Amino acid sequence: MKVVNHALPSIDGKGLMMGKKAYTDDLSEPKSLIVKVLRSPHPYAKIVKIDTAKAEALDGVELVLTYKDFDRRPFTRAGQGYPEPSPHDKFVLDNYVRYIGDEAAAVAAIDVKTAEKALKLIEIEYEVLEPVLDFETAFENEILVHTEPEIHDMFPIGFDPKKNLAASYHMHVGDVTKSLEESEVIIEESFYTQAQAHVMLEPHNVNARVDYQGRLVIYSSTQTPIHVRRIISQALDYPLSKIRVIKPRVGGGFGGKQAIHGEMFVATVTLKTGKPSKMMYTRKEVFESSYSRHPMRFDIKLGSTKDGVLKAIDCWVVSDTGAYGEHALTVFMVAAAKVFPLYNKVDSVRFHGNVVYTNHTPAGAYRGYGAIQGNFALESSIDMLCHKLKIDPVEFRQKNMIKETETSPIFKIMGEGTEGIEMFMESCKLDYCVKRGSELVKWKEKYPRKELGNSKVKGVGMAIAMQGSGIPYIDMAAATIKLNDDGFYNLMIGATDIGQGSDTILAQIAAEALGTTLDKVIVYSSDTDLTPYDTGAYASSTTYVSGNAVLKAGKEMRQMIIDEAAKVFEVNPEDVEYDGVVLKSKDKEITLKDLSNRLFYNEDQKQLQITSSYYGTKSPPPFMAGFVEIDVDKETGEVDIIDYVSIVDCGTTINPMLAKGQVEGGIVQGIGMAMYEEVLYTKKGKLVTNDMMNYRIPTRREINNLTTEFADSYEESGPYGAKSVGEIGIDTPPAALANAVYNAVGVRITTLPITPEKILMAIKEKEKGEK
Amino acid sequence: MKIYIEVNGQKKVYDVAPDEYLLDTLREDNFYSIKRGCDNSSCGVCTVLMDGKAVQSCTLLSVKADGHKITTIEGYQDEAKKLSEHFGHQGADQCGYCNSSLALTVHAMKDEIVKPTNKDIKEYLVGNLCRCTGYEAQHRAIKLCLEDDE
Repeated sequence: MKVVNHALPSIDGKGLMMGKKAYTDDLSEPKSLIVKVLRSPHPYAKIVKIDTAKAEALDGVELVLTYKDFDRRPFTRAGQGYPEPSPHDKFVLDNYVRYIGDEAAAVAAIDVKTAEKALKLIEIEYEVLEPVLDFETAFENEILVHTEPEIHDMFPIGFDPKKNLAASYHMHVGDVTKSLEESEVIIEESFYTQAQAHVMLEPHNVNARVDYQGRLVIYSSTQTPIHVRRIISQALDYPLSKIRVIKPRVGGGFGGKQAIHGEMFVATVTLKTGKPSKMMYTRKEVFESSYSRHPMRFDIKLGSTKDGVLKAIDCWVVSDTGAYGEHALTVFMVAAAKVFPLYNKVDSVRFHGNVVYTNHTPAGAYRGYGAIQGNFALESSIDMLCHKLKIDPVEFRQKNMIKETETSPIFKIMGEGTEGIEMFMESCKLDYCVKRGSELVKWKEKYPRKELGNSKVKGVGMAIAMQGSGIPYIDMAAATIKLNDDGFYNLMIGATDIGQGSDTILAQIAAEALGTTLDKVIVYSSDTDLTPYDTGAYASSTTYVSGNAVLKAGKEMRQMIIDEAAKVFEVNPEDVEYDGVVLKSKDKEITLKDLSNRLFYNEDQKQLQITSSYYGTKSPPPFMAGFVEIDVDKETGEVDIIDYVSIVDCGTTINPMLAKGQVEGGIVQGIGMAMYEEVLYTKKGKLVTNDMMNYRIPTRREINNLTTEFADSYEESGPYGAKSVGEIGIDTPPAALANAVYNAVGVRITTLPITPEKILMAIKEKEKGEK
Repeated sequence: MKIYIEVNGQKKVYDVAPDEYLLDTLREDNFYSIKRGCDNSSCGVCTVLMDGKAVQSCTLLSVKADGHKITTIEGYQDEAKKLSEHFGHQGADQCGYCNSSLALTVHAMKDEIVKPTNKDIKEYLVGNLCRCTGYEAQHRAIKLCLEDDE
């Protein structure tokens, strides 16, 4: 291959480093009205009276919006396909506020200062209600977070607001009670994961204007421009055909920009005033008023034979979706669907539980999407089992984990919000990943620990993970390729580059299929008027689903070019040879450049253009093994992460360097969740960790070394053998680090993040017990 | 009130409010390399150089820049281009939101430290956060770029 599987520089990096105009806020109209939202100071309250007269009278205020300005039309901001597996439980503005930071009113004014002043002039009388702040007691609590009659689910997801349920779910394979009874060794533990924040460096930005044709044009820092268009149309009851959504360069998303944020407000302001408007989330708003990862509690039970054959996994989960049920069911299901098939040889599995409403900041999509939570619980408890069995965790996994050609009954039972599909692992190099990772980290030498003196101990830990490649039979992507004169191409894709490099890797796939070079493929992505459909950047779908659409379009375009040359040569297309530059048949030849010019200007004129679409009929999982080496200080509980070794099977890497960046970026976000990113609320439900001084993401200082390699793997159904790679990197760090801490100092931390304080307290408890 | 700043070698006069931040003044004047990130000088994407020193423009009042020399990456386009070549080859490009400010801080580091070690680089750039890359590829690229300079 000439372009694919080559580490080519991204097509856009240079301009961005040079500071060119590219991101959403760079593209707002000069003198846009500034939209600001008045946010609830109470975790739960009813708006009894709202008086906007003083705010409206303020010089420079254009518009004040309250719930009275909107029809009672519930929707979900989730940013998913239609019908969504998330409940329609949100109004643009409501007469109830359900968390500190929820939207109570909005203003549009000539500048930030005036808008902020106007917010203070809005008089609201709240009837403050008792909130539900403990997600473990939210189910069937007498306090209900949602009592509105209009809210509903789109199809059965276990939605029952009278019990504070956004969703609930139950699945089982075999008879788990019986398998556990028969098991010789049992492990039982509870695990907690926190509401991790995305902290993409570009906050949520959106702006709007009405163009000269009277259409509403929105620039949004979003992962799902086509869903955004649809959701605006439905929620505001405004014709879809009159809305254009453009996704410019996005400064990171990680799932945080899958959902709707300020779009409804700028759309309303611009439609009502006819003037351009923009909304820029402050960082505090990003923390308090967008959404986070779903915090979860896992009660997990494992059963095995005494020689280490895993027999049963039984798991009850409670997930906190906060005030609104975005991605409630699907994140919950992924916690098992993309974790438990790792151990496909068990006799029985049960996975069930509730996704509850509370009066916290909502939870939603975040890279790893349930899998990282489930992975922490399962891979921690697998290690606990290994210690009880006195079996090396690497050997245990090698014996029990999924292998190439195998399947798991879970694939058929669990999809995302619906039933899944049967899948056999046509590419699964997990065996190699585990073997190679243990070599690189020197597992045999270092496991479980080495005393280093000076109160320090070295430990190693590991975990395995899987993810998916899009949502089968739901995610569709399309690509258009257009041949221009002079023989270069446009690639138009709905696929949404949010910084992960999809514009580059999709252009690489196109160039490979067309037999051309990367510079001859000019990419334009994510504009609802100009590019074809794509679900957007989520569910690890882009490389696999969008990539397959691009590959198909590339092959078809190549054939169209050959067909045209055959006409020129007056031969059959089969008799034309084509290397991407010159078309030949016997003694005749024509360059693509001449052919394309001829097609535009001279003979048999036509535009060659093809649109191809693809939807997956399966979701081949990428796999990985993560190994970590740490030094723990027994006197302070502090952990130094010496090296994180990742061996990944994502099929062919379309761009090995960019794939590595996806893995390493994921690893470090996973390390953040595992070790540093503490989420704290006051007793009254106010988020304390609501800025970047208090919410600590990893800096350069914490990251000593990352060792990342790819397994030699080829997925038959993927474009040039590729699977997806966007999410898999984030999954292993919490469990691998918890396991390493245990191996180093013998304490099991079951609540994320694994802070020095928790480690030290556990060490002291353990010492007390030993005395 | 009027302030006089030399931006990238060009003399500028801005009419600013007393409580206006330099980030807003400069973005208003189409310096797109300076980004809004955290609002409290924690993330580094709003970095500019004031008299050669890296400062966070999101918390620097514009009036404090009066009479000073401000540099943004628009003033070091060739250097940005060069660093970006290395970023490209090392796969260090992701969302790009922190890249301009990082390039600018690398410039300041080169002025301040002769032959920075790996540890120097990490410590000097610790205020430039990145949520995409995990830092490793950025470091490879920066080191190679520094080697090129020698």
